[in-house]
Amino acid sequence: MSSVAANCPSCGAPVKFLWSSAVQTTCEFCHSILVRTDVDLKKVGEVADLPADASPIQIGTEGAYQNKSFVVVGRIIYEYEQGGWNEWHIVFNDGTSGWLADAQLEYDLSWATKSPTPLPGPDQISQGQTFQWNGKAFAVTSRTHAHYKGVQGELPFEYWDKSDLMFADLRTTTSDFGTIDYSENPPLLFLGRAVEFDELHLKNLREFEGWN
Amino acid sequence: MPVVQAKSISCPNCGGPVQLRGFGHTLSVVCPQCQTALDTSTPEVKILEIFQSKRPIAPTIPLGSRGKIGDTQYEVIGFQIREADSGDDTYSWNEYLLFNPYKGFRYLTEYNGHWNFVLVETALPSPASARGRAAWRYKDKIFAAFDSMTASTVYVVGEFPWRVRTGESVACQDFVAPPAMLSSESTNGEITWSRAEYMTGSQVWQAFNLSGSPPLAYGVFANEPSPYGQSVGSSWSTWLWLNVALAGMIFLFMIISKGSVAFSDHYTYSQGLKPDSAFVTAPFQLAGRKSNVELSIHTDLDNNWAFFSCALINDQTGQAFDFAREVSYYHDSDGSEGSRSNSVIIPSVPSGQYYLRIEPEMEYGSPYVRYDLEVRRNVLNWGFFAITALLLLIPPAFMTFRRISFEAARWRESDYAPKSSGGDDN
Repeated sequence: MSSVAANCPSCGAPVKFLWSSAVQTTCEFCHSILVRTDVDLKKVGEVADLPADASPIQIGTEGAYQNKSFVVVGRIIYEYEQGGWNEWHIVFNDGTSGWLADAQLEYDLSWATKSPTPLPGPDQISQGQTFQWNGKAFAVTSRTHAHYKGVQGELPFEYWDKSDLMFADLRTTTSDFGTIDYSENPPLLFLGRAVEFDELHLKNLREFEGWN
Repeated sequence: MPVVQAKSISCPNCGGPVQLRGFGHTLSVVCPQCQTALDTSTPEVKILEIFQSKRPIAPTIPLGSRGKIGDTQYEVIGFQIREADSGDDTYSWNEYLLFNPYKGFRYLTEYNGHWNFVLVETALPSPASARGRAAWRYKDKIFAAFDSMTASTVYVVGEFPWRVRTGESVACQDFVAPPAMLSSESTNGEITWSRAEYMTGSQVWQAFNLSGSPPLAYGVFANEPSPYGQSVGSSWSTWLWLNVALAGMIFLFMIISKGSVAFSDHYTYSQGLKPDSAFVTAPFQLAGRKSNVELSIHTDLDNNWAFFSCALINDQTGQAFDFAREVSYYHDSDGSEGSRSNSVIIPSVPSGQYYLRIEPEMEYGSPYVRYDLEVRRNVLNWGFFAITALLLLIPPAFMTFRRISFEAARWRESDYAPKSSGGDDN
């Protein structure tokens, strides 16, 4: 894993990149949101204090999925009516990146995918609707209106000023998982799998008082 | 990053301590002292609802108990009593919320002493059919429709990763494939599927290391595994093997126990030679332990009958075994009836010196009959084997009956129970 060093344009603290393709990161000292330009780092905003969350995953957590090891380099925290969830940005040892969602300790892995079929608009998608992708029937199981609550670490895009979001989650009979992200137009599709905690072989996790 | 600290707050209603065991996942908690539901999603704890009318109910497994199910340790952090209305009756069950900071949330439900370990599923079941009704296929198992109801929460204490509200109802459906059960809960068009695995009270007590004994289980639960499920099959295969053994024994007995001839002789009987046809044979020895004796009579009867009154008499003690046999044999162009031979087995004859007393009879005017008498000691008793074969049938037949009754009791509790005559409509 390459580690590109630079200095925070706001406070001067060293900023390390775990992933060479990162577009955005946050300064862990002054919480500035920094975007990488061709020449340097530019401060584009500031994150509020991260909400006290209880995900066992943290930046630097390592894991492996189907014999490919990965490291957690960043995250987006979402909040919705029923609570919140984390989208951990993970980078695999082959340089590709994906997402590990932790929604109340239910874990889903997904990767940005070019949609095999045109995606319906945010008002056209409904519960139970199915899509045939990769020979499998993906059924819409929930539509979630959420807003972003914070970002941390390295992300593959600039993602600090989007506020009102809509997601549609999809599932299959064989534990496949999909999300349509309506934060962009056309919407983005992420496909992957629902995973058990033990399948991820996670290391460098957070510790919980009374649980060791 | 430092260790995530467990927290404790003061109830804004009663001031009592309220422990938070679910770390940041707890969105609401019901104060165990005053039954007030608190919103803990923000640092300022807000009161959601005050359940003053409710008297506190202590969950049988106390909040904070830890138990190991499978390889994972879980802590009980929440408890609720849910009530179901299935149209014609209402009943309630207990639901414990289990938490592990890495593996997440599970449920432990209890109804009438029957327990289930429940987890929310991430894959969808696909429609199927079983017992001629709607069913779901999930991970290669077919779950048959069992019942549907409207469930609402009537009592709640402890922590939950959602905002608790009492009285809110959800539509539930259960599908069974004992010992597993698949359940759907739908709220606002969103369906959650969960899978339950049956546990006995003693398994739960052992997992959570609880003192005392678990509540007794009443009746048969929807996904309770049949105690006869395995044993019925094995009792029939045992039956099969015992029959093979029995056949082997018969074969063996046929070889070693052909019986030994103790006496045999030829006679002729014709009417009118003597007024009294009775005679006694020469004495013979019956050796060995107390055993059976077979007397066979072989005649040359032809479209005729003969009747033999017999007695086997002990020469020393005078003990007599009386019996009689008729031999009749008729035949014409259409076929034949009867047999030229007959025999009798006398059980439990002690050893000693015996003789036979024989009194033949025939219809008046019949010609003579020639016959052989043969006495065999220790013959194969087919009746014994027939009774044994019948006795062997009892255990598997009984088990099968028990299994059928168990399944009938299971389905009586379902929406598909056979309607009893003269029910509630009258």
